This record gives sequence, C-alpha cells and structure tokens, in this order.
Amino acid sequence: MALTALGAYVLTFLWTARVSLSSARIFPTGDFVGLGQYERLFRNARWLLSLQNLAVYALLFIAACLVLGFLLAVFIDQQVAGEGALRTVFLYPYAMSFVATGLVWQWILNPELGIQGVARRLGFGGFTFDWIVRQETVLYTVVIATVWQASGLVMALLLSGLRGIDAELWKAARIDGIPKWRVYLSIVLPMLWPSLSTAFILLFVMVVKLFDAVVAMTQGGPGTASEVPAKFIMDYLFGRANVGLASAASIVLLLTVLAIVAPFCYARSRALQRSGG
Amino acid sequence: MSKATTGTVAGAVLALTLAGPARAAAPVPAPLKATVSHWWTSGGESAAIRQFADAFNRAGGQWIDQAVAGADQSRASTINRIVGGNAPVAAQFNTSRQFRDIVDQGLLNNLDDVAARGNWDNILPRTIIDAIKVDGHYYAAPVDIHMPAWFFYSKAAFARAGIKAEPATFDEFMQHLDLLKRAGLIPLAFGGQVWQEKILFDAVFALVGGPALYLKIYRDRDVRAVHSPAFRDVLVKFRRLRAYTDPGAPGRNWNDATALVVSGRAGVQIMGDWAKGEFTTAGQVAGREFGCFPGFGPKAPYVVAGDAFVFPKTGKPHVVRAQKLLATVMTAPGPQAEFSARKGSIPIRPDVDMSKLDLCARKGIEIMADKSRQLPNTEMLLDPDLNGALQDVLTNYWNRDDTPERAQQAFAQAMKDNTW
Repeated sequence: MALTALGAYVLTFLWTARVSLSSARIFPTGDFVGLGQYERLFRNARWLLSLQNLAVYALLFIAACLVLGFLLAVFIDQQVAGEGALRTVFLYPYAMSFVATGLVWQWILNPELGIQGVARRLGFGGFTFDWIVRQETVLYTVVIATVWQASGLVMALLLSGLRGIDAELWKAARIDGIPKWRVYLSIVLPMLWPSLSTAFILLFVMVVKLFDAVVAMTQGGPGTASEVPAKFIMDYLFGRANVGLASAASIVLLLTVLAIVAPFCYARSRALQRSGG
Repeated sequence: MSKATTGTVAGAVLALTLAGPARAAAPVPAPLKATVSHWWTSGGESAAIRQFADAFNRAGGQWIDQAVAGADQSRASTINRIVGGNAPVAAQFNTSRQFRDIVDQGLLNNLDDVAARGNWDNILPRTIIDAIKVDGHYYAAPVDIHMPAWFFYSKAAFARAGIKAEPATFDEFMQHLDLLKRAGLIPLAFGGQVWQEKILFDAVFALVGGPALYLKIYRDRDVRAVHSPAFRDVLVKFRRLRAYTDPGAPGRNWNDATALVVSGRAGVQIMGDWAKGEFTTAGQVAGREFGCFPGFGPKAPYVVAGDAFVFPKTGKPHVVRAQKLLATVMTAPGPQAEFSARKGSIPIRPDVDMSKLDLCARKGIEIMADKSRQLPNTEMLLDPDLNGALQDVLTNYWNRDDTPERAQQAFAQAMKDNTW
C-alpha cells in the first residue's frame, strides 16, 4: 500500500520532470530540449512576478492567520457565553468554497458596488477603498479575503491546544501574581508549539495551492498584478497548451516547497521527539 | 462504409433540412450514436446547439450531448479523453490553431469527402479554410463566424451626449467619447479582463494600424514591424482609451459591461457579436435601441473568428459514418440559419435563409462578401501560448504606466521566446 502510494508520487514526479525537459505542447512528447523550458520560464516576467507575489502573500497570510487565530482562540477560551455559536461563526468561512466567497469579496471590494460605493452614497464623497483595482494593492485584498477564510481553522486548532493546558498552571500563575498576557506569551504559547506547527503546515499548503481565490476575485489582474504560480501553471497547461513549460513551472514550485518545508518538518519531528522522550 | 451510403444519407439530410419539418427519418436501421463535446451552456447557446442536435437526430443520428462549461475546461477534457483513448465522436474548438497539434499527431479523421461534396473550397471564406485545412486536408467542420470587434452603442446615450452620427474615423470616435464623458456617462463600457483587453487592442490595431501591419506582425512575425512607429501609434491610441473606462472596470465580466450599454449608463462597448444576446434578452432591437458598426468607414476590416468541430480518429465504421453525418448536418444551410439566429453569429456560407437574422448579422454577411475586408483573428494566426504571452504584454501595458517603447520591446521579446 505504502509502496503503491510512494510509487505513484515518485513516478508522477519523474514523469513531470521528464516532460519539463521536452518541447511538449498540447500532448506530452518524447523529445529532449534540455533546460530550454526552464530558461524560457525564468525569462518570463509573469512567472517571476507570480513567485514574488507568492512570497509576499505567504508572509502576510501566514502571519495574519496565526496572530488572528491565536487571538480568537484566547478570546473564546475566556469562558464566554455562547461559545458554541461563536466557534461556528469563526469556523464557518473555512467550510465555504472560495469560488463563492471570492465572488462575494469581489463585490465587497469593487469600488462601484462595494464598500467605497456605499460610503460615497452615504455622503462620504472622498472615501476611497479601491485596492482591488490597483496594481500595487490588489494582492492585499486576496490576503484579506483568505485570512478571513482561514483564521477560523487556526482558532479551532489552537483552541484545542489551549484546552489541553492544565488548569493548575493558571492557578499557580495567579498565585505568583503574573499578569495574564504574560502567561499567554511566555508559558502558553510555547506549550502550543505542536498545534502552531500543524497550523503552519496547513496554511503553507493553502499558500502553495492558492488558485481559486485569485481566479474568483481578480483573475490574476489588474494586468498580471495578482498572478500566482498555480494559476500560471494551469493557464499554460490548458488554455495555452504548453505542457512542457507548465511542467517546468510545477517542478520549480515543488522544489521551492521542499526547500522550505523539509527543514521545518525536520525541526518539528526533532522537537516532538525531545518532548516525547 | 461505402461512399454511396454516405451520399444517400447526406442527400437525405440536405433534402430534409431544406424542406423544413420532415415527415419521417431516412431509412437508417440503427441510429448513429454520437457523443458531442462542446462548451455552449448559456441559454442562447444551448438553444443554438439544439438546432444541430435536432437536425442530426432527424437525419438518423442519435446526439449525446456532453457540454462542459468553460472553453478551456471543455478543450482540456477533450484532449484528456483523446489521450486516454476515450475520445468523443466530435468536439468543439475555436476556428483557430488550437487543434493544430492534434492534427500533427495524426489524431483526427479528415473530412475531405464531406468537404468535396459540400463544395467547401468555394463556399467557405478564405480565412476559415486557412484555419481548418492542413496540408491539403480538411480537419474541422466550421459552424459559425464570430466577429470579435463590433462596436455596440446605446442610441439613448448617444442622443444624451448630442452625438448625431456614427464615427467615421478613430479621431471622431475619440471626440464622441469626450462628448459622452461630458454628458456624465461612462464613455466606454469595459471589463478589465485579459481577453477583453486583447479584443479591444486587436480592434484598435486592425483599424488604426491597418490590415497590412496587422498581418505583418501576427502572421509573418515581423519583429521589425513591432518596433515601427506605426505600431507605436497603435499602442498609444489603445492606451488612450483607458481614460474613458470607469473605476469598476477591472475584473468585470463582459456581459456586465454590456449591461451598462443596455441600460444607457455607458455609451459604447467594443465586443464580439455574442453581446447581441444581452440586448435581445433585455428586449432591445438592433437599429432601434442600440446600434452596431464593425469599425470606422466603409472599408473597415472584418475580423473573422468562430467555432468548429473536430472528429477524433477512430477506425470503427459506424463512428466514422456518424462523424461524416454530423459534419454534413452542421454545415448544411438549414441548420446553419437556425443555429446562427440563436447564437448571434453569422453562417459560414452565404446561401442560407437570412430572414431570421438581425440587422447586425445581415450587415456582417454583406461585409463578408467583400473578401478584401476579411481579416483572420489572432487565434487563427498564432499558437495559443504565443497568443497568451502577447496578452500578458498588452495587459501589463494597459494596466501600468508603461511607455509604448517598453511595450514594443516586451512584445518583440514574447514573439522570440514563444517559438521553438
């Protein structure tokens, strides 16, 4: 079973790597063009921009989700009334398809229909919130919308971690007169490390496969300002019938991901081993 | 499969479709099953393709509809199925170079006998023959002609802005846009999506740059022409139009832009003739509430685009028979007229009943008679990846404060990079 799974992954990887060295267009072909597709890829301004976008997006998205998710979890952990309802509200966006929510966010952010339009109709003539139509800011609107979607997930993960913390610890901290925020920051947060690292991996996966949110909200535009690698690959794979270039792009993406995630996973397993033993 | 039988079937089809509703189907024992893959899923589109399905069923076939929403997805599914050995009997592509690779791999049946019987060499427009005939063989059945660069305008908006006549030159068009702006309207209804920007650019290119330069660059890949002052002028004029769009344009769908013209909030939209469906749905009639013209003056080039069906290779005789029957039915005058009336396109042949077509379509057919005005759209001249790379260049130029010189440079670079 494990062998089959491994075989399927490794074989598809090898197959993609082979195709990326050919001049394949609509169909995979057997010829060999060396690293030609990679050279083309790294001359392609849209590809370079999409990598840069992904880096900026990853940083902002993961940081915002972790901070917001942590704050929400702490807030819910205060024995608030209606906890079940609140949990559902925060977690609900995660259950929704981004094709639907992306469209809604597109309307909310559209300067004519959304927030800006409403504010101006209410009499705030100078009010401007047109990030989604501006090249420099459009990426941040994708961050806002996806953080809205994913921070509930982080909250749920961290909340379960918080609930696992012994009540005695809080009593001890209270007796010692340590302020609450200090307990959270210096004691609780390090104890949440396993939950946090799980959340990080999940968020990172969401970053790499970021596609539908962009398609639904901006279609990579205006221009190519909110282009991401997954969309680049899909475009060249299907619409532009250039399987060779798309394969080269996926290999680059995979290697990048491995380069980032592998050391992280290694550190995580070491830390878990230490705490376990 | 003998030639005589196909001939009889084809004859029966023509007789039936010309004669209108038939009494009984031709004496074919078992219906010829045909799975047909296409992306026509909207109301008007599915009504249009049903005309083909009905005609095919009347002629002794059995149409099995396999609509996949979205052109890219539909083409991808067709190619996956061909690779997987489970190809549909017929599949839709644009009349373009999209299926050239499949032809080169020898994966399509040719239609030479259907074309010979239908006299395609003489009745089809040159631009379409060039797209579907490879090395002397016909590999696709064209079903419609779309012109992607029509100007649609609201008569009410023009009246409010005090515009009396349709513009006859690009400069006059710009003056009209200024008048519309002054009247407090959105001058140019636009959706800032990459393909819409490309349609707008190609319209400006064909009108301002002229067909000669257009072909020099898109067909002959002449890099020197890209660096010419004439092409720079095209880029400058294209970019100037941006000032006449509204802030809500980026990302807007084409039909939402059309709705701005329908409601009279915007003056003009430059879009394919499929936009007529939006006007019709709103109860508007060409020539009464809205006007249409295919460019400036009586010599404006008519950009030809369209759809075609290809027939994946198979050795099974009954499938080949079904393919030939499909190709015959889809290109026959009767179904052509019924289809185009619903699709908003114009028929691929001039010998059909025009009475069901609207004013714009009849204008289009009249123009198509003048061969010198026909101009192939870029999809017929360029491979999809080069076409896409040029789109990227144009969308960056349109959306950024970039100089036309830099756009020329990027355009030339994309042409060099995307040819093996």
